Amino acid sequence: MTIAEKQAELVEAFSEFDEWLDKYEYLIEMGKALPSFPEEKKTDERLIKGCQSRVWLDAQTVDGKVVFSADSDAIITRGIIAMLIDVYSNRTPEEILQADDQFIDKIGLRENLSPTRQNGLLSMMQTIRQLAETAAQA
Amino acid sequence: MTTKEFRELFPILTRKVYGKDLVYFDNAATSQRPRSVLDKFLTLSQESNANIYRAVHKLSAEATDAYEQAREAARAFVNAGSREEIIFTSGCTAAINTVAFSFGQAFVKAGDIVIVGEGEHHSNLVPWQLLCERAGATLKILPIDDKGHWDLSVLKRLLAEGCPVAAAQRVKLVAVTHISNVLGLVNPVEELIRLSHAAGAPVLVDGAQGIVHERVDVQAMDCDFYAFSGHKVYAATGTGVLYGKKQWLEQMPPFLSGGEMVGTVTLEHADFAGLPHKFEAGTGNFASIATFPEAFETALLAREPEIANAYEEVCAYLEDALRARGDLRLYGESETFRGEAGPTGAYRRAGVFSFTIDGVHHEDVAQVLDKMGVAVRSGLMCAEPVIRHFGVSGMVRASLAPYNTMEEAEYFIKCLDKAINLLR
Repeated sequence: MTIAEKQAELVEAFSEFDEWLDKYEYLIEMGKALPSFPEEKKTDERLIKGCQSRVWLDAQTVDGKVVFSADSDAIITRGIIAMLIDVYSNRTPEEILQADDQFIDKIGLRENLSPTRQNGLLSMMQTIRQLAETAAQA
Repeated sequence: MTTKEFRELFPILTRKVYGKDLVYFDNAATSQRPRSVLDKFLTLSQESNANIYRAVHKLSAEATDAYEQAREAARAFVNAGSREEIIFTSGCTAAINTVAFSFGQAFVKAGDIVIVGEGEHHSNLVPWQLLCERAGATLKILPIDDKGHWDLSVLKRLLAEGCPVAAAQRVKLVAVTHISNVLGLVNPVEELIRLSHAAGAPVLVDGAQGIVHERVDVQAMDCDFYAFSGHKVYAATGTGVLYGKKQWLEQMPPFLSGGEMVGTVTLEHADFAGLPHKFEAGTGNFASIATFPEAFETALLAREPEIANAYEEVCAYLEDALRARGDLRLYGESETFRGEAGPTGAYRRAGVFSFTIDGVHHEDVAQVLDKMGVAVRSGLMCAEPVIRHFGVSGMVRASLAPYNTMEEAEYFIKCLDKAINLLR
């Protein structure tokens, strides 16, 4: 599945819920399904700046693909980063850098987060792109 | 007047968010405004908009009248001795900064000491940090214990250390909050002021929360400065008051300078207008300030027994319901305060409930509650040292006003249960 296809699938999945509480619940479930993130990786270098809740993001390059792992101390934030990982992880740096992130607005996520979390979401996307760029240059 | 009738004075409280009735529990950040305040602002803007003090025409006279009536209303509300002791500012933060700059310039020198509470909002902490940096003075902290209460023995020690020989007090100011915006406890400011004055140190009280919940009488309290915002006590936003004892204000240089605050100006020199104008450079926020009479009237209405008693019941219910949860930690303990001469009041909770829940992030709770129509605050509440004192990364805060009802409190507790189940 391409990034665009994955994004479309998520937009579709979220559209099945009318209530935002149910959409949060869906996000929370994604967060819970995120593989555990080792404590020793929770370093300041992996901490994403600009989030009120703490989010750690790590990137490894495996066979030319960027593999992300992450954690957060807040469960909704964990759900958001899990969703982003679902879309962008295990892709080549070029795929990540060429993809857009309009699916976030299509889901309506941005407008349904507090302003601090909107900033956090922006920082997460920026960090994902930066890590992809670093991988591309390596 | 019943709570229901009181509530009807506030048009915003009938609105819905996400299709649900709004439950506004973020009153410690800003209170809602009654129709009378909104009308006053609109009427003045539509009919009497002109620059205050400066012109001889009718509109200016009306605007100036409204502004000065607001000064009298503020004077009466805190029982200040004279209108000259009431300085209008843009808010509590601006009021405290005025003292930090002006009082600081006049009285705080290298080697001096300023004492602030550990439980302060950043607005009553950072201005003193900066003053001490500028002046080469030292900032000392009056700590709180795990109940959120002051350790006044430390204050006494600091005051004594600051006064190595009689009449040479190096503690130039003690700045504390009347009610912490996190812990919500009424602090025994009278005792602190008595102790500080006995050692020759003046006291500034940050009244941002205190003015809302307490009957403030600055003369009885004997504070040297009392600062508060209008927008937390039903007035329009961008408004604040600095009460200062005339003896201090007269000795303090102006903070901002410009129009109206001057006496005679030549190209080389200016002398300054008398109080309170010396501290009111630039055009005042007159249409907003002019809502003070209506705002304070509303605050007094809320203190009438029928509404006040109902409000107390709502708060008592909320305290019990929150404490009933084993996985929830509510910060700040109510307790009788014993001064040196016996009990002289209490650390009473004033409508502010800050808490954490085991295994659930504060921001998640606030986010989910929002979608249920409940507005609360989460995070550091602009008081990071207080939050850190309790070893947590943030808290959820529900802060009430007398227009909040028992039904809302019960709905809040129900929503909180639901949110916790969802987030776990």
